[in-house]
Amino acid sequence: MERIPILRMGEILLVTVQVEMHDQLALTLQEDLAERISATAARGVLIDISALEIVDSFIGRMIANISSLSRIMDAQTVLVGMQPAVAITLVELGLNLPGVATALNVDRGMKLLLDSAQRQ
Amino acid sequence: MNIKDQGTRPIVTEQDIVLARQACRKLAQDCGLRLVAQTKLVTAVSELARNMLVYGGGGDLHWEILEDGLRKGIRIIFHDEGPGIADLQLAMTDGWTSGNGLGLGLTGAKRLVNEFDIETAPGQGTRISITQWS
Repeated sequence: MERIPILRMGEILLVTVQVEMHDQLALTLQEDLAERISATAARGVLIDISALEIVDSFIGRMIANISSLSRIMDAQTVLVGMQPAVAITLVELGLNLPGVATALNVDRGMKLLLDSAQRQ
Repeated sequence: MNIKDQGTRPIVTEQDIVLARQACRKLAQDCGLRLVAQTKLVTAVSELARNMLVYGGGGDLHWEILEDGLRKGIRIIFHDEGPGIADLQLAMTDGWTSGNGLGLGLTGAKRLVNEFDIETAPGQGTRISITQWS
């Protein structure tokens, strides 16, 4: 089965979405991440969507779910790299991703996660 | 207004949604739509194709390349022979869903395109037409 790889960097899990996101892939990612957070005791999840050309309400909901689920499992999620056209479309669609932390790029997202891990 | 080109593709599996998005992106590019207009159209296609699959039991996506004077456009018609929508006013309310979605599919898609038209009745299926101009 097709899967989105989850890389571990210290206490952070890094997910780079490089393929066209279809619904089943999004659901599999959600389950895989929950398992990896539990197995690695990760404190942060960084999701890079810079390669995604669209985010519709289904993918948006998956991102919001991952964020809530990782919070419940004591990890923080940061979404990075959203393309400007995707951001404009998401707002117009009415999806403002409440509770999902975002950063402009991987560097800033990583800094956000490391800073908050240090404070704890 | 002239129709320059047209075609139809079935939406019967989840994979068809991804293929429809890719096909519509290509058509939108060929039409000279700007990136934001392309992205909005493709996102609307994704919402409506999924709606058609989940609620209408699948159907057809028909596309037309339009020419109206100097401007070019793309019209996409989603047609299913599913149960139809009983209360259209309710279905067109932000946040309302009959399934387990976010309730943004119809209203969100409408906001993303220049023209939006829907015909539906209980037992008569649903036909939704969206148009994006360059």
